[in-house]
Amino acid sequence: MAVPKVCGTETEYGVVLRGAPDPNPVLASSVLINSYVEQRKVGWDFEDESPGRDARGYAREGTQAPEIETHLVNTVLTNGARYYVDHAHPEYSTPECADALELVLADKAGERVLAKSMQAASRLLEPGQSIVVYKNNSDGKGNSYGCHENYLVDRTVPFSSLVRYLLPWFVTRQVFTGAGKVGSENGAAAVDYQLSQRADFFEEEVGLETTLKRPIVNTRDEPHADPQLYRRLHVIAGDANLCEVATFLKVGTTAIVLGMIEDEFLESGPGARKEWSLAGPVPAMRTVSHDPTCRAQIELADGRRMSAVELQWEFLRLAKKYADETGLELCGGEDVGGQVLTRWEAVLSALEDDPMSLDGQLDWVTKRNLLDAYVERDGLTWSDPKLALLDLQYHDVRPDRSLYERLVRAGKVERLVDEQDVQEAITEPPGSTRAYFRGTCLARWPEAVVAANWDSLILDVGGDPLKRIPMMEPLRGTRAHVEPLFASVDSPAELVARLAS
Amino acid sequence: MPEQQRRQRPAPKERVEETEELPATSERGEKLKGELDDLLDEIDEVLEINAEDFVKSYVQKGGE
Repeated sequence: MAVPKVCGTETEYGVVLRGAPDPNPVLASSVLINSYVEQRKVGWDFEDESPGRDARGYAREGTQAPEIETHLVNTVLTNGARYYVDHAHPEYSTPECADALELVLADKAGERVLAKSMQAASRLLEPGQSIVVYKNNSDGKGNSYGCHENYLVDRTVPFSSLVRYLLPWFVTRQVFTGAGKVGSENGAAAVDYQLSQRADFFEEEVGLETTLKRPIVNTRDEPHADPQLYRRLHVIAGDANLCEVATFLKVGTTAIVLGMIEDEFLESGPGARKEWSLAGPVPAMRTVSHDPTCRAQIELADGRRMSAVELQWEFLRLAKKYADETGLELCGGEDVGGQVLTRWEAVLSALEDDPMSLDGQLDWVTKRNLLDAYVERDGLTWSDPKLALLDLQYHDVRPDRSLYERLVRAGKVERLVDEQDVQEAITEPPGSTRAYFRGTCLARWPEAVVAANWDSLILDVGGDPLKRIPMMEPLRGTRAHVEPLFASVDSPAELVARLAS
Repeated sequence: MPEQQRRQRPAPKERVEETEELPATSERGEKLKGELDDLLDEIDEVLEINAEDFVKSYVQKGGE
């Protein structure tokens, strides 16, 4: 049975320390985050972290909470987000959100946090040095870093069902999730331009890895919630998007597809198709990404061939039936879910007729149109480094340098959220999930919050031992639940006392 | 959103009308091209200098 699709993204940003003789990305990331959170930092609590646990039912030997990294900067923000150094990148995990539109807001606020961090860091660096971050997923030289999505999923759904439908889902959704990339890498066939930053890096169908032999479906099993009830589906097969429409569709459609999988709608709903499996999902990932016409045929397990867009129409056809029969209350709500269906249909129609008409909605199209304009004006060939530079700088997060932001300011990009709301989301948590409780505690009593993680908070209320407040249910601790409680207490000690009673 | 409306594909019937009003369309096309040229000029101003070196020096090791 479907459970509410609480969702979030974790974005690793590319980072460069310029003007330093021996730039160290770990140090640069730490400086960046420290500069942002100059005020008292609240540490992250690793107690419940187990990234080595596999959804297929076993734990990898020797995988523990990432002890080695605990000395790195790791902090929680008043908007409920986690902002930290992951390996050699600054990483921003949005607070838990209840629907795709909230997530667009939280994800965009993350970009603003990074931009503010760069500004703040410039005051700490030596003259002539600067830190620059990019919201992309590849350096074009075989190194990739992720933008992962997370969705709350019913624990009773067999993981094999998720795998069965998610493989064709992740392969085909690239037609709207791709952030666009000049050239190919990691041994992939040469291509001028492709849909996805990430497609060249997937080498397995299913697995636990995230950094080598990347699997299309990742099996990390860390629910960050009641493990008897929930999974957290950890998606690594997506690009970091700047276009709000792309983020909205990526998350909104995936939430609905997950609802359909949980309710067994894709296999036994009215008019369900018999065959969803692809003959070769790993090569199909590249086939789809390497074809900007969106017409390339991929083979299904039964030998038939269809394009990614055609298979997407099949998902959409059933999603509309699902909405009619079951409703979308658990997949982002009727309002936002309905908007997702409408947009999904419009985008598939446009991809069929003329993909380039999606300028300003999808990143891969928006960037491609910009590059095409340069190719035409300057007579460039696709191997010209200027095109690679334009590709990279599209993702530059500095507002004055970002080519994406230039296009926004020129009115060429469609926005789904108000900038004023984005500015608020830099400090305010969404009201719809437990992020509200986490963020509000931090904003009100920063001194008392000793540590925090996704599913608990540790408070020092003075005298007694530290108090751990479990938050195992992602939809408890919302504004509706706890605003009256916060209004009626004056101290963290009172809060703990009230929660205990 | 005006941008949105402009981008929308016209229905087939409208397209026929558009070809009949060729001069107006190309005038509009000129204006759009002019806007795009201005935008590219503006972007030229903020592009990193020495594309080749800049792209070469962008290396990201370790992630996820």
